[in-house]
Amino acid sequence: MEPFHTLTSRAVVLPRPDIDTDQIIPARFLKVTTREGLGRSLFAGWRYDPQGVPRPDFPLNDPRARDARILVAGPNFGCGSSREHAPWALVDHGFRAVISASIADIFRTNAVKNGLVPVVVDEEAHRALLAQPFGEVTVDLEAQEVTAPGVRARFSIDPFARRCLLDGTDELGFLLVRSPAIAEYEQARRREEGP
Amino acid sequence: MGDGRRTLLDKIWDAHLVSAETDDTPAVLYVDLHLVHEVTSPQAFAELRERGVPVRRPERTVATMDHAIPTRVLADGRRARAEGAAAEQVSALERNCREFGVTLYPVGDGRQGIVHVIGPELGLTHPGSTIVCGDSHTSTHGAFGALAFGIGTSEVGHVLATQCLLQRRPRSMEVRVNGRLGPCVTAKDLVLAIIHRLGVSGGTGHVLEYSGEAIRALSMDARMTLCNMSIEAGARAGLIAPDDTTFEYLHRRPRAPKGPAWERALARWRTLRTDPGARFDASVEIDASALEPTVTFGTNPGMSAPVSGRVPEPEREREPAARRALESALRYMGLRPGQPLQGHPIDVVFIGSCTNGRLSDLRAAASVLRGRKVAEGVRALVVPGSREVKRAAEAEGLHRVFLEAGAEWREPGCSMCIGMNGDQVGPGKSAVSTSNRNFEGRQGPGARTFLASPLTAAAAAVAGALADPRGLVDARAEGRS
Repeated sequence: MEPFHTLTSRAVVLPRPDIDTDQIIPARFLKVTTREGLGRSLFAGWRYDPQGVPRPDFPLNDPRARDARILVAGPNFGCGSSREHAPWALVDHGFRAVISASIADIFRTNAVKNGLVPVVVDEEAHRALLAQPFGEVTVDLEAQEVTAPGVRARFSIDPFARRCLLDGTDELGFLLVRSPAIAEYEQARRREEGP
Repeated sequence: MGDGRRTLLDKIWDAHLVSAETDDTPAVLYVDLHLVHEVTSPQAFAELRERGVPVRRPERTVATMDHAIPTRVLADGRRARAEGAAAEQVSALERNCREFGVTLYPVGDGRQGIVHVIGPELGLTHPGSTIVCGDSHTSTHGAFGALAFGIGTSEVGHVLATQCLLQRRPRSMEVRVNGRLGPCVTAKDLVLAIIHRLGVSGGTGHVLEYSGEAIRALSMDARMTLCNMSIEAGARAGLIAPDDTTFEYLHRRPRAPKGPAWERALARWRTLRTDPGARFDASVEIDASALEPTVTFGTNPGMSAPVSGRVPEPEREREPAARRALESALRYMGLRPGQPLQGHPIDVVFIGSCTNGRLSDLRAAASVLRGRKVAEGVRALVVPGSREVKRAAEAEGLHRVFLEAGAEWREPGCSMCIGMNGDQVGPGKSAVSTSNRNFEGRQGPGARTFLASPLTAAAAAVAGALADPRGLVDARAEGRS
């Protein structure tokens, strides 16, 4: 996982609240056995017409969205299904941070494991960012701060998730070295509960 | 916590701590049961293979196939086989389970079915345990007083490799349901009302513990329907304290404890309740007797109303963002503000899923369809949640009720709930579905989904339009699911 420190980029804005993971990547694109290549199916239902032609009015199809690496979305982003294909698709498309006033639990957990920074800001900063489509935004993970013209807001993130993102380390390594403690727990449970 | 009085969540949480959380690090939480299916596991097994790590506890891991597999029956009576990319997922799961020593109930096995239907059915779901699966509807198992929640594929890998997850303790919310549900008002109507009340993000960060008179009166199937949709309020999980209804359900199930182990387990399970006076982080109360058969009208499960009611009017919504969301939902659904819900024409009825694909759900649907016909032009699909549900339904002749009414009787799987396997509603078509999500395109591109109970869905199949099941059902035959 690539370490994340600070990122300045143009932001794509999707103001709708409650954008669920079925919108981020519809189920028909989940029939894969690898993580790669899902970016082209990102927001497929909104992004393409039934013939597969990009809809010019969808923000991701705007020429200014090219190279945008930050997504600003309405509240409760990523609700619904636990599919990690949602952050995989966002990262494959090039996004490295999602900013919202609230982010659904499972999506937030999945995002962190893929180097996608879930940024939860207060409602005032959120409103200001929603009003600046394709504006330049900076996400500073070290300082836990989002800046944009007229916006300077601290954001909250779990300290452990922040450390993993800053270092580019993954959690499985952290768990694997705890194997002796896990074995001890298993033995204690066996003693307690019997065969 | 300080005074020693603990919630059910606290008790389960504390008993599964390999190490407690600190400010800097989450807790290491032990997982008792890991359920695996073909769609969210291939990348996790690949990760283990790359690192040269085995599955730590294969005996705590159970796999089946449900999401991507066809549910169609061919002209020769055999089940259609997965093709293309779905076939690849199926064969990857077979290979992975073989290589890593994981028990697999594949298509063709009598124990195959939707992962959240077979877990309880096999007696794998135990009160007080921790259960995870790469599927958000893992919350279903909370009906047994288990802490059960959905995880992503990276975490599937974590659990395969270490039997543990890194977790922060969730907050607790009591959802107390007073009174009794009325005739034809089911657990599905109740959970839709709860989600409407909390909103689709109202449960975020919380585990919902359902309590109260109405909950105690529910069957296990109905409790599963309720806990299943906790995630639709944004909650991590739903919980119901186990009681005699729970123990009766589990007794003599294939994977339930036996003999002296059953007695020991029972003694432990009886302690699994929130201590009187224990503090919840939040509480809500619902009056069950005020509820009616309910349907969703919008594009998230929080947008629901009694089927006897009307489509809400966006201009009465004060909050501009909420008004725009409602306008957009009604546009997608092809509904006019203020129109009555009853009588709105529909094209498809889907009865099944991990929410409402159990035997009592099929009995409920059959109680409406018996001696009646699916309206002309309506396609009705009945998809049992598991092979065992299918076998039991056929043993009591329910399949004949469905077939005689003009519905399709399928093989078990997730089917039209998620539309991955080709079972789709069709663009612009309206479906009354007993599943859990009415998101745009959830049941196929352009599909318009009205979520409802099996009774309400069956009533719609007969009417060819949204309909109230009250009056169509003989009260004695009514299934409380």
